[in-house]
Amino acid sequence: MNLSSEIPLQYMLVLSTLVFFIGLVSIIIRRNLITMLMGIELMLNAVNINFVAFNHYLFPNRLEGHFFTMIIIAIAAAEAAVAIALIINIYRKVGTVSVDDIEELKY
Amino acid sequence: MTGPKIIFYILAAAIVVFSVLSVADRRILRAAIYLLFVLVAMAGLYYMMNFQFLAAVQLIIYAGGIVVLIIFSILLTSQINSKLDPPKLGNLLLGVITAIGGIAISAVTIVKYGFTPANQPAIEPTMRTIGHQLMDTSEYGYALPFEVIGILLLAALVGTIFIARKT
Repeated sequence: MNLSSEIPLQYMLVLSTLVFFIGLVSIIIRRNLITMLMGIELMLNAVNINFVAFNHYLFPNRLEGHFFTMIIIAIAAAEAAVAIALIINIYRKVGTVSVDDIEELKY
Repeated sequence: MTGPKIIFYILAAAIVVFSVLSVADRRILRAAIYLLFVLVAMAGLYYMMNFQFLAAVQLIIYAGGIVVLIIFSILLTSQINSKLDPPKLGNLLLGVITAIGGIAISAVTIVKYGFTPANQPAIEPTMRTIGHQLMDTSEYGYALPFEVIGILLLAALVGTIFIARKT
């Protein structure tokens, strides 16, 4: 099934743009580390939609976007694990996860 | 309206509405659940574009792994019904203006840009093709990124255990 006759590529790209900037807003307006991490996950997923859409619409004869997306998902998993380990360690030592209250590099 | 169009509009509406909710909701546990809905709808989008394996990976790793990890860390670091502070007015204005400006610029560029449609025959992303290309070292092979990702995951695992251990 090829979608290009039904849905133009531009629809997918505009959708991923919307999700990307919603994730950016989350990083700008929230001061909680976990919420900011969720914003980063939204932005990574927006980029994944772009890769998959370009692969499907423009280069269907190879799987480059597919493998890029798989690698991004693996890196996002590693990044989330490290970030949550850091957040829990910070919470143990400082007692909060708000970026405004974390002001010392060495505790 | 045909079938794929209707499904695409439903998925797109779900993605946009739930990502806005996950940013706007001040109850942090609900925000995480809305993020889960966004990720599941994105898996549906991959499935529509014929990447079944990618949809499964998205469901397993994101919906099954990362969201559970985020919910665990929310429960470890805050009360279950605690609310986030409302954002500062300056930050809120800055964020909304940045988002609207960025969306406007990107959308205008996307709509104006003429993409050359594909003229090569499509290949089916079956499990066999994916497995062969992932382990291939010739032109369209991805053996090197695969190995590098393996090393990265090992390093992340060791680093995470080291960071989160009790001293």
